[in-house]
Amino acid sequence: MQLFPCPFCGPRSEAEFHFGGDAGNVRPDEDEVSADRWSSYLYMRHNQKGMSPSIWMHMTCGELFQLDRDTLTHSVAGSKALTEGGHR
Amino acid sequence: MTRHYSALSVFKEGLNSQKGWQKAWRSPEPKKRYDVIVVGGGGHGLATAYYLAKNHGIRNVAVIERGWIGGGNTGRNTTVVRSNYFFPQSVALYDLSLKLFEKLSSELNYNIMLSQRGMLSLAHSMPEMEMAARSANAMQINGVDAELLSRDQVRELLPLYNFSKESRYPVHGAVIQRRAGTARHDAVAWGYARAADRFGVDIIQNCEVQDFIQNGGICCGVRTTKGEILADRVGVAVAGHSSQMAERAGFRLPVVSYALQACVSEPVKPALDTVVLSPATGTYVSQSDKGEMVVGGGLDRIPSYSQRGNLPVLETAIAGLLEMFPSFRQLKLMRQWSGIVDVVPDSSPILDETPLPGLFINCGWGTGGFKAIPAGGTLLAHLLATGRHHDISRPFGLDRFSSGRLIDEAAGSGITH
Ligand SMILES: Cc1cc2nc3c(=O)[nH]c(=O)nc-3n(C[C@H](O)[C@H](O)[C@H](O)COP(=O)(O)OP(=O)(O)OC[C@H]3O[C@@H](n4cnc5c(N)ncnc54)[C@H](O)[C@@H]3O)c2cc1C
Ligand SMILES: [Zn+2]
Repeated sequence: MQLFPCPFCGPRSEAEFHFGGDAGNVRPDEDEVSADRWSSYLYMRHNQKGMSPSIWMHMTCGELFQLDRDTLTHSVAGSKALTEGGHR
Repeated sequence: MTRHYSALSVFKEGLNSQKGWQKAWRSPEPKKRYDVIVVGGGGHGLATAYYLAKNHGIRNVAVIERGWIGGGNTGRNTTVVRSNYFFPQSVALYDLSLKLFEKLSSELNYNIMLSQRGMLSLAHSMPEMEMAARSANAMQINGVDAELLSRDQVRELLPLYNFSKESRYPVHGAVIQRRAGTARHDAVAWGYARAADRFGVDIIQNCEVQDFIQNGGICCGVRTTKGEILADRVGVAVAGHSSQMAERAGFRLPVVSYALQACVSEPVKPALDTVVLSPATGTYVSQSDKGEMVVGGGLDRIPSYSQRGNLPVLETAIAGLLEMFPSFRQLKLMRQWSGIVDVVPDSSPILDETPLPGLFINCGWGTGGFKAIPAGGTLLAHLLATGRHHDISRPFGLDRFSSGRLIDEAAGSGITH
């Protein structure tokens, strides 16, 4: 079992976390959003092989945060609360 | 030289000290140019090459595989074949596949060991039983053989199941598809490879496709570890690595790659003669012809490109298995592995020309594309040969993600494999 670092609770079992998609996938907030733009926001993913900044929920505390992990080696480079570093 | 497999050729080769058998396929160096290149030597890629030659007469074809053919998910899956889906579009697709499977051994002159032993999806409560009735009805309306079984009928089929009062997952009934079953995974890859090779298709192993050659915004070949190879059209069937290929071609896909695990026990005498799935535990099991219990569970819900599974998910699958079949506690596990599967939000595949003209894709089969190999190959071959959709593949195009016409099998049939 792997431990993931929740910025609020510290290292916890991987089983407590839920993957929430690519970091930086910002919800369109223009007045007119085209179907393609919506589809891109809702469904299209980078799905990187290697280091991949992604959004996760720690289901135990309910907080969302950014986790930088390598999808090939499963190593974790770090995590931060979404309020840090200019997230919207 | 013995090429055709038959009882007579086995007998003759026995007299000949087995010296006349030929290699099942050649290992040629790539030519400079092909009519069609198929990237990925899994079942879908090999079947595509075979049907290009057989259905469309296009024989100047190469399959380019990074490792060895069938070394991806095709050689790692738990070999369940069935067509008991919920939506008519899916049933058209998967039933085409099952029908092709039913005559594949003789068509390919290669024994794929199809065993239509039936598959039971269990219902563990009254509400689940109602959902089971709904899905059996949907299947019957779609023309697929499905029957609702009572608890007693299940008991007859699964004498080793835990029917005691204390059972954590009591059985209220089940849906059975009797035409479902298993087939030998390697044989499907090898059978298609051998038959495609006979038509003149070049199967090139140990050759990685690294990029696409583009000319005027059109795909006209691939850059590989063995150099550049030109083609009029390129098809991609690389499962969990589809997003990498898309990135090279300049677009994104609605795909996330996850590890899916399976394991087998030591071989034992025949004890289970159907495939059993418990949607509640997420566990499914069948007994291989060698006697091993082949066990699978749900996805590792952590995006991954590493072909190894994580322990909590394996524990959940095994815990579910032992609740269902307490006597399996005595079994020792022999092997555990995982494959990287390409999961799409609606759990349905993608078959289409991509945003890069000349480049076509077959992906998104996720946890359940072994059963779809004959259909996936037929349909990608049709797209590559004609540039147009077959009626059966049209609903599975990329445009469904902007039109909203998703085919949500995860919600519809609630089954992942
Ligand atoms: C544990 C497990 C259990 C499963 N159980 C079932 C089941 O019971 N029933 C069912 O129907 N399905 C099942 N599946 C799903 C099924 O295995 C897959 O959907 C199916 O095999 C996909 O076939 P494919 O040909 O698309 O992919 P693959 O067989 O993975 O082939 C893709 C090939 O592309 C190659 N490749 C990748 N990148 C490149 C590149 N850049 N250049 C060249 N080649 C490349 C890979 O090496 C690989 O050989 C299971 C999967 C797993 C992992
Ligand atoms: Zn937390």
